[in-house]
Amino acid sequence: MANKMHVKLTLNGQQVEGLAEPRTLLIHFLRENLNVTGPHIGCETSHCGACTVDMNGKSVKSCTVFVAQANGAEVTTVEGLVNPDGSLGVIQEMFREHHGLQCGFCTPGMITRAHRLLQENPRPTEEEVRFGMAGNLCRCTGYQNIVKAILASADMLNAQKEAAE
Amino acid sequence: MNDQVMSPEQRAANLKGMGCARKRVEDVRFTQGKGRYVDDIKLDGMLFGDFVRSPYAHARVVSVDTSEAMKVPGVVAVLTAQDLAPLGLHWMPTLAGDRQMVLADGKVLFQGQEVAFVVASDRYAAADAVEKVVVEYEELPVVVDPFKALEPDAPVLREDLEGKMTGAHGPRRHHNHIFTWEQGDKDATEAVLAGADVVAEEMVYYHRTHPSPLETCGCVAAMDKVTGKLTLYGTFQAPHAIRTVVSLISGLAEHNIRVISPDIGGGFGNKVGAYSGYVCSVVASIVTGKPVKWVEDRMENLMSTAFARDYWMHGKIAATKEGKITGLWCHTTADHGGFDACADPTKFPAGFMNICTGSYDIPTAYLAVDGVYTNKAPGGVAYRCSFRVTEAAYFIERMIEVLAIKLGMDAAELRRINFIRKDQFPYQSALGWEYDSGDYHTAWEKALNAVGYDALRKEQAQRLEDFKAGKTRKLIGIGLTHFTEIVGAGPVKNCDILGLGMFDSCEIRIHPTGSAIARLGTISQGQGHATTFAQILASEIGIPADNITVEEGDTDTAPYGLGTYGSRSTPVAGAATAMAGRKIRAKAQMIAAWLLEVHDDDVEFDVDRFVVKGAPERFKTMKEIAFAAYNQAIPGLEPGLEAVSYYDPPNMTYPFGAYICVMEIDVDTGVHEVRQFYALDDCGTRINPMVIEGQIHGGATEGYAIAMGQEIAYDDMGNHKSATLMDFFIPTSWETPTYQTDFTVTPSPHHPIGAKGVGESPNVGSVPCFSNAVHDAFRPFGLTQSHMPHDQWRIWKIANDLGLHG
Ligand code: FES
Ligand code: FES
Repeated sequence: MANKMHVKLTLNGQQVEGLAEPRTLLIHFLRENLNVTGPHIGCETSHCGACTVDMNGKSVKSCTVFVAQANGAEVTTVEGLVNPDGSLGVIQEMFREHHGLQCGFCTPGMITRAHRLLQENPRPTEEEVRFGMAGNLCRCTGYQNIVKAILASADMLNAQKEAAE
Repeated sequence: MNDQVMSPEQRAANLKGMGCARKRVEDVRFTQGKGRYVDDIKLDGMLFGDFVRSPYAHARVVSVDTSEAMKVPGVVAVLTAQDLAPLGLHWMPTLAGDRQMVLADGKVLFQGQEVAFVVASDRYAAADAVEKVVVEYEELPVVVDPFKALEPDAPVLREDLEGKMTGAHGPRRHHNHIFTWEQGDKDATEAVLAGADVVAEEMVYYHRTHPSPLETCGCVAAMDKVTGKLTLYGTFQAPHAIRTVVSLISGLAEHNIRVISPDIGGGFGNKVGAYSGYVCSVVASIVTGKPVKWVEDRMENLMSTAFARDYWMHGKIAATKEGKITGLWCHTTADHGGFDACADPTKFPAGFMNICTGSYDIPTAYLAVDGVYTNKAPGGVAYRCSFRVTEAAYFIERMIEVLAIKLGMDAAELRRINFIRKDQFPYQSALGWEYDSGDYHTAWEKALNAVGYDALRKEQAQRLEDFKAGKTRKLIGIGLTHFTEIVGAGPVKNCDILGLGMFDSCEIRIHPTGSAIARLGTISQGQGHATTFAQILASEIGIPADNITVEEGDTDTAPYGLGTYGSRSTPVAGAATAMAGRKIRAKAQMIAAWLLEVHDDDVEFDVDRFVVKGAPERFKTMKEIAFAAYNQAIPGLEPGLEAVSYYDPPNMTYPFGAYICVMEIDVDTGVHEVRQFYALDDCGTRINPMVIEGQIHGGATEGYAIAMGQEIAYDDMGNHKSATLMDFFIPTSWETPTYQTDFTVTPSPHHPIGAKGVGESPNVGSVPCFSNAVHDAFRPFGLTQSHMPHDQWRIWKIANDLGLHG
């Protein structure tokens, strides 16, 4: 078997490590070595976005990143977006509230992308949400309720921020 | 507030029963990445399977050399047809009464066909080994056009059928012919056509496409050599039927097989069929004694597991000069690919294509369908549709438009004067169906008013003037559709798959503290069954939906059922749920009467309790009754509170809808913009309006994709031209239109709760609606028919062919 490398990541705030061939895709490392199965595989060709994770403050499609490239990175997956007390985070809650998911297969990628989008642009218009989410495919919802959920999340996050200030 | 003193309205609201936009219980898991899909399953010592696939569409397989592949570290086995033959598993029966190669047996019939199955310790080793399998092919002439396939000197595709002039559906008249299916009255229809004032004729092609759910197909087969039990996890839309099929083809006793459908990442028909990957995984697990996982990648999904449509529909429609339709004739050439693996009820080789008279009162009709073999992928499935209803709806809704052009009539008016009237239901169609209920005129008027139809037509006419005057390069198209679906297959007397009647089931157990579990024979793939079936039950038995667990997909625990596709869950399993609930209620009534010391007939059900008639202060809640069922010795009654129902529907249900689309089309670039999309659906009684609306958004988006760009295309060599998401159009949030939903309610008279099913209506209705909008924009310039998908280039080409580019 090919040579394996020692990979270290900060995953959802925790130090994790494992052995993997350098060619291993980040998505496979997450799912198979680390048992983090939130991010899914819908294409392995960087079209669908089901594998979206947050890496060093950017949305990436983890099927298009070798684990060697991710060594030392800070990675956040949908599992890391729940509140510290285990309750659903704002975006997760809004997806549920506005029926922004059906089969749920695209959802982890969608929510992780939405999380980054709202950091990049905390007050997006509907058009900006539609454009900013266009790297993530959904076969079930027709996006209308996903867009609604993200706009509602923006409102709620902004209100929380204002209340805190 | 205590349930003893709440008002009936408050008590009803507490149940979150039918009609409530209840939030989905599934979502708490899914939104935090805690779903459990097949690829999330990890078992001790699990191996991975991967296929060697044919690069050719038609070729002889001269030899398969696996020796180098076996040397790849981690490889455990490489299976070929030779290995499967002694077990009789190198071929498998299809759902359509044909047979299909599991692994290439001497030849291949489509590009991407499975040739060998590599089993290795991880997916990378398996992929490496796939590259090392050496297959020698000898190319054969390819035929991808079903009309050419029927020419006398066409290449023989299925040598295994040589000389067999009778197939599963009657006589075959050519070596590439599968069946002819005829419905209606041919002579009478031809007589009507011959004597008609007006006949419009057109060839309407509904191109090949693919359901491509976001999660591809896959399974994990785990044979336990100690117990002799096989557990098969997989993306199965029909887990019970899969268990029976696995038992029949493998020879394993059915009780030793446990099939589990875990969470499924969308199905849309793709996950109905039985695929080589399942058979090979099972065999590999038996051979190696280890669990074996196989999950196809996207390219394999688009190339090999299932396809949809590919119907060439030649139509003639006859009418009086006032526009009253007098007859419909249709001859369809159906391209089934290399094997006939279409998933249809046994007696319906062309599915319910005979619903092609649509929403119209057409007294005389005839339909013939010829199934044909070509060098394309097999496995025609109903892509979010009930067995070819999409094709039928597209056909009739195009024919209506073509007839309107011929008559010089407004297409909305032509529909109106031909609709089946409300007082004609139940309506016997010329092609053999009994439509249960409908009120098409009301729906149609509501839709036309909602969009301001007359004003839209005026605006369109003005735009046309402006276009002709050189003031704009954009045209407006108004797409109209009124569709009638036929779903909820179906009555056991005429609907079966592999001899299994298409009933469905529900089993309910009420726990002593007044909560419950319900298990069904169906399986959710995103429809939210855990949410909505609990709502049906809540209303039926008066236990809050939040206290009812719904479980599906494990054949060891769930009652037998035929699964989820063809919008059958609500019409069939939903009915079973209501009926099982009524059995619970009947027993609860006896318990309540005993507790209240009155006669059974002296108590009546009131939301969540039984009350003594005329004495509303004397009652027993379902919670109290549940406890009593386990705690009291009631004379003449067994302890416990459980029920099961196997529901054989007396008829199909016939949801319908009126859709209108307004589209702007740039004549010079072929770019379109959907300005408005209005969807009125009538699915009978509405269980959860939020879920219904979500289904409509999703189905209409699939319809948008199909109409405007999505296709499975092959070149003349049989090369698959759209096997990645780069080439196969799936709309993003950016392209997808915004939908405006609306409804009327015409309950099904024969369904226990009047529900009809809705999941597929938006796909059925939106495709003709988008397509009609494109056609309508160019109607003034003489366009009658242009085949889908209407991508940018094809729309540009319409304009160019019509001479609109100057
Ligand atoms: S799996 Fe990574 S983009 Fe599809
Ligand atoms: S919810 Fe199924 S793919 Fe998005």
